[in-house]
Amino acid sequence: MFSTIAYDLSHLAGATVLLAGFVVLYQRRLLGVFRAFALQSLAVAAAAAWQAYSQDAPHLYVTAAIAFLLKGIAAPIALNWIVRRLDIHRTVETAVGIGPTMLAGVGLVVLATLLVLPVTVSSAALTRETLAIALSVVLIGFLVMITRRNAITQVVGFMSLENGLVLAAVGVKGMPLVVEMSVAFSLLIAFILFGIFFFRIRERFDTLDLQSIESFRGERR
Amino acid sequence: MLTLTLLGLLLLVALGLAAPFLRPHRLAPRLVHGLTGAMALALGVAAAIRLLAGGDVSELDLPFGLPWTGVHFRLDDLSCFFMAAINIASPMVMVFADGYARRQAEPARALAPLPVFLAACNLVLLANDAFVFLLAWELMSVATWLLVLANHRDAESRNAAFVYLAMASLSLLLLLLAFGAVAGGDGDFRFSAMREATERPALATVAVLLAMLGCGVKAGLVPLHIWLPLAHPAAPSHVSALLSGVMVKIALYGLARILFDLVGPPVWWWGVTLVVAGALSALLGILYALMQRDLKRLLAYSTIENVGLVVFALGLSLSFRANELFDLSALALAAALAHVLNHAFFKSLLFCGAGVIHEATHERDIEKLGGLVRRMPYTSLFMLMGALAAAGLPPLNGFVSEWLILQAVFASSSLQDNLPRLIVPLTGAALALTAALAAAGFVRAFGIAFLGRPRSEAAAKAVEPTGSMLTGLALLAGSCLVLGVFPVIGLKLAESAAHGVVGVDLPAGAIGWLFVSPLGSGGAAYAGFFVFLAILGMALGVRAFLGRIWPERRRRAAAWDCGFPDPNPATQYTASGYSQPLRRVFATSVFQARETVDMPPPGDARPAHLEVRLVDPAWNWGAEPVRRAIEAVTLRLNALQFLSIRRYLSLMFAALVTLLLIVAAGQQ
Repeated sequence: MFSTIAYDLSHLAGATVLLAGFVVLYQRRLLGVFRAFALQSLAVAAAAAWQAYSQDAPHLYVTAAIAFLLKGIAAPIALNWIVRRLDIHRTVETAVGIGPTMLAGVGLVVLATLLVLPVTVSSAALTRETLAIALSVVLIGFLVMITRRNAITQVVGFMSLENGLVLAAVGVKGMPLVVEMSVAFSLLIAFILFGIFFFRIRERFDTLDLQSIESFRGERR
Repeated sequence: MLTLTLLGLLLLVALGLAAPFLRPHRLAPRLVHGLTGAMALALGVAAAIRLLAGGDVSELDLPFGLPWTGVHFRLDDLSCFFMAAINIASPMVMVFADGYARRQAEPARALAPLPVFLAACNLVLLANDAFVFLLAWELMSVATWLLVLANHRDAESRNAAFVYLAMASLSLLLLLLAFGAVAGGDGDFRFSAMREATERPALATVAVLLAMLGCGVKAGLVPLHIWLPLAHPAAPSHVSALLSGVMVKIALYGLARILFDLVGPPVWWWGVTLVVAGALSALLGILYALMQRDLKRLLAYSTIENVGLVVFALGLSLSFRANELFDLSALALAAALAHVLNHAFFKSLLFCGAGVIHEATHERDIEKLGGLVRRMPYTSLFMLMGALAAAGLPPLNGFVSEWLILQAVFASSSLQDNLPRLIVPLTGAALALTAALAAAGFVRAFGIAFLGRPRSEAAAKAVEPTGSMLTGLALLAGSCLVLGVFPVIGLKLAESAAHGVVGVDLPAGAIGWLFVSPLGSGGAAYAGFFVFLAILGMALGVRAFLGRIWPERRRRAAAWDCGFPDPNPATQYTASGYSQPLRRVFATSVFQARETVDMPPPGDARPAHLEVRLVDPAWNWGAEPVRRAIEAVTLRLNALQFLSIRRYLSLMFAALVTLLLIVAAGQQ
């Protein structure tokens, strides 16, 4: 009985993470992107906490706490603050249209499912589907990074990719170094955020659009 | 023995590493050459003794190296034979080098890589897994590259070294893929695992083709030989001798090891491919040698010819094996191995001799030599012996193995497959032509360079070398003679190795001290010692007879020479003139030889000029298009250096998704 609930709840959390990934994908405004990302991080935190409870692995609570505090609350606030401080243009500048991107995202989910389900026939059902969802989230995060021009959105894409990794890591029973991994990634992201702020790309280039950096470097062709 | 050998190789590497620090010392070259030669001699003699005594296969697994694999070594009959073949000739080259290298512009530059080179070559022979094999192979390539670069101030040397390095990398790549194909999906790269596999690996065809190409590049098989005629003349002469005598042999070892030992029972076309490639190399190699004026280039092309002969015999042996004619397979393999041994001696001798001539005259162009037989009688004698051996004439060692190869060709009628039955005699005829052309080529090389009158000031003032250079030549020439007069020495070694590979002995009494009758008592036989006695007897007899007819003392008088009182040496027969008929017959189509005569108008006193242009088809139709294609692709790929971060990420993403798609497709 318990296992069915464990199954359903972890699926609910995983599906929420994936859904939030799609929400990130179709947002046209930066603030919306941040909110969707916050939702995703909270869902990851919930998934980690539930796994910690159901696997009886207390260290996963740490992962959940990190996801909740750093990525669910601190990172969106920091992003908002950066956008306000640097007065960044608040629309998402897309390289590929929203519609095709969504279609590509759906394709990636199909690919991930096709890949993971046959490979892991022997493992427990719980692990299999969580892994499929996590791989989809990773691929969609990657997709966000390459279809958006704005540096801030690329950072969000990277963080969302990392959410997928954490989701995969907490879903597998007995995976070592999960906590360390999430700490390391959080630190990395923190540094990227600080970097954006301190380098004040805005001041030098008047925009966070990477195209400007390229033209400054003289590499635009 | 295996452990001791490995320790010896370690010592050689240590010597190489220490050499740069010994450099300032006056005796450093002597020390390095001496120690390297002594170590090689010890290795070679030990290997020969072990081979003749019939020692067991010894294996050694050491627990370091790549994780979960370790490194594996093995000493069996085949590796023992090659160890003996490369290590017995090289000490003599080292003796030569002791005198020769110190006259070079920068003798120290070749000192450090030399022992490392020899150690790497021996390590290839000992490898019992693909990692050790490829590592040693690459170490050998790099050491060779450094050796070729010894005259690095010369643009020609740099170019040669670069071409060599590129081809060596290609060879490594091909062999890497070949071993991957042999190891199959399980990825067990130990040779013992490949050997024990009961059935032929699924990718055996791919593996065999890649191995043939990979080893062919290093050995200098014809379409892949382009580095060889560049690297040999560019390197100092003792290095050229080692290139021909040692490194090329290691490539042949790799071919034999993979085809006879690792990929399982042969298919008929493996042998036929090698037979055709070998005959082609032999014929084109010697034809090209005939056209050369540069002595060392000529010898380099002759190396291609001899590699062709060996590969031909290896292919023949494989063909016999595919038809389960194990006796004949052993015979052809023994012939191939014997030729490996003999070639190591006579080609080292010839290259060292070319070095002596270059030192004495600073000339490599045989058109500028001539008359050296009077200035350098001993060198001339040794070079004559080397040339006779290379031309495959009795009583020298080159004859014995070429004769054995042809004996194996005659036995090919017992093959069952029709295509090999057809092809082997045809290619055998090409070999006969090769032998004839080789004779013409070495008559040309020796006659133009040593006989007649000097064609240049330098040749007229040449001085015989003394000391270790001459000793080295004498040792090599003596070995050629001994191996030719008593072929049993080399053949016993080759037979033992062939026995180790094929598992069958040659017919009883095939190889005796006095007679060699490879097909048993009913077949053809060669008695090296009696032939030697007969030749000696005839020569002495003719001399005695002439002395009886013209009892007066020899007198020297001015040549009649059409009545001109002061004949110019330029009126002598030239190398280009000697090879012109052959050039017109063969080279016009194959090498697109074109002659242009620049005849001054009447009244103009400048000399007329004949210019011959030759094209190596392997360069024009093989290497050049590849080079251009690589250049075009790299120019196009240059654009990838200036992408935005997003585009780089997109490339990574595309690669990731493509790989995932492949995996997904593979699962369905």
